[in-house]
Amino acid sequence: MAQTRKEMLTDPLVDNNPITLQVLGICSALAVTTSLEVALVMSLAVIFVTGFASMFISIIRNHIPSSIRIIVQMVIIASLVIVVDQFLKAFAFEISKTLSVFVGLIITNCIVMGRAEAFAMKNPPVASFIDGVGNGLGYGLILMLVAVIRELFGSGSLFGVTILQTVNNGGWYVPNGLLLLPPSAFFIIGLIIWAFRSWKPAQVEEREYKIQVVDAH
Amino acid sequence: MPDDQEDPKGLIRRFLAMPADSIPKTVFVAVALCLVASMFVSAAAVSLRPIQEVNQLRDKQVNILQVAGLYEPGVDVVEAFAAFEPQVLELATGRFAPGFDPATFDDIAAADDPEISIALDDDPASIGRQSRYVTIYLLRDEDGAIDKVILPIHGYGLWSTLYGFIAVEENGNDIFGLQFYQHAETPGLGGEVDNPRWKALWAGKRLRDDDGALQITVAKTAPPAGAEYHVDALAGATLTTVGIDNLVRFWMSETGYEPFLTRLRVGAI
Repeated sequence: MAQTRKEMLTDPLVDNNPITLQVLGICSALAVTTSLEVALVMSLAVIFVTGFASMFISIIRNHIPSSIRIIVQMVIIASLVIVVDQFLKAFAFEISKTLSVFVGLIITNCIVMGRAEAFAMKNPPVASFIDGVGNGLGYGLILMLVAVIRELFGSGSLFGVTILQTVNNGGWYVPNGLLLLPPSAFFIIGLIIWAFRSWKPAQVEEREYKIQVVDAH
Repeated sequence: MPDDQEDPKGLIRRFLAMPADSIPKTVFVAVALCLVASMFVSAAAVSLRPIQEVNQLRDKQVNILQVAGLYEPGVDVVEAFAAFEPQVLELATGRFAPGFDPATFDDIAAADDPEISIALDDDPASIGRQSRYVTIYLLRDEDGAIDKVILPIHGYGLWSTLYGFIAVEENGNDIFGLQFYQHAETPGLGGEVDNPRWKALWAGKRLRDDDGALQITVAKTAPPAGAEYHVDALAGATLTTVGIDNLVRFWMSETGYEPFLTRLRVGAI
């Protein structure tokens, strides 16, 4: 194998981040990043699901008929997601109410499917597990970055602890309401992608077209 | 074993040895995976249910506190909830039913019990069966006089039955608040029933006009009776809004809490 295990874990954080480089899993990144607590729980749930889904799929990879391959992957992913959802309802009821449908929507998170199809189907279980956890961490890292910005400047707090006293509570900070709405996550993720690609120019995609210069007369 | 047709282990091994793309193997993988996955999921669901039920009960109590305006973050829920006096109410007479213990009475199970529930012919809230007895919560002031009554309501919205509470003032006609604690309406549209700004619209609205006609409506435009009977519809959630309008009007009608509210109005409680 070309990559060491450590690289498999750390590579998806920056160099091959599922959100910023592959631009996968954006939908839930918009929905659950208004507060850090929720983003953290969502990240942990996704890390758990990508890790174990990749591992289980890898264990049975040689027996999966190619005609029902995607369905088999979905059944494994969906079962794990339901279990996560049940655990949240039992041990983090308030957060599970806030996350509502988005835990269920991990099933359709492109990162989980993408790693299952691209990596776990061709690699042994331990490597697949590490790859899944690494990609979950990469997703979580961006989620937390976005949530820090959105919660700090949108509600003036971090993890629910007031940092900037808002005007409504008698402070000085006028919160930016846009940051609590979904479009702001698009802007922030866009800026993060810009920052990452300026720092690591190798991530910049090649142009699919070139503007031709036509000699004037 | 000599006859490996009869040996299940041999059978599984035979399947595993088949090429993955053969038809029997495909069927085998599909069936086996579904069996394993469903056992895994149901084991988790069944073993965690008791903890989830405790959470749901606590959540219901928090909602009763919230609808009565008594909830603050960090408050001891069990202690604060002790301020309420639960009573089992017989809907048709509007009197308390001492035969039932409010601590153990299960409203949802009661609606399915043919002994104490009725099938509704006229069923605007789409609830099918209505229990003849419900648990309500009384909140008294320092002198022991009734301050508010918290009445459970439920009915069908767009996707789900909404379960909630309506808090009515001691005059039996003014709404103090309304809140749903369980529903599965679309997040962002019908799910906005949880929006504090929408919930705040209910405070101070009146159920009936001076002639005793039920006037409260949830609609896009105010009814001719006036704004004090009107709660604005949820934008983009017409069917949820219609459902809430139906269920509130149903529970406040003669088949709902009206006999009890009448007694409350004349001070007979």
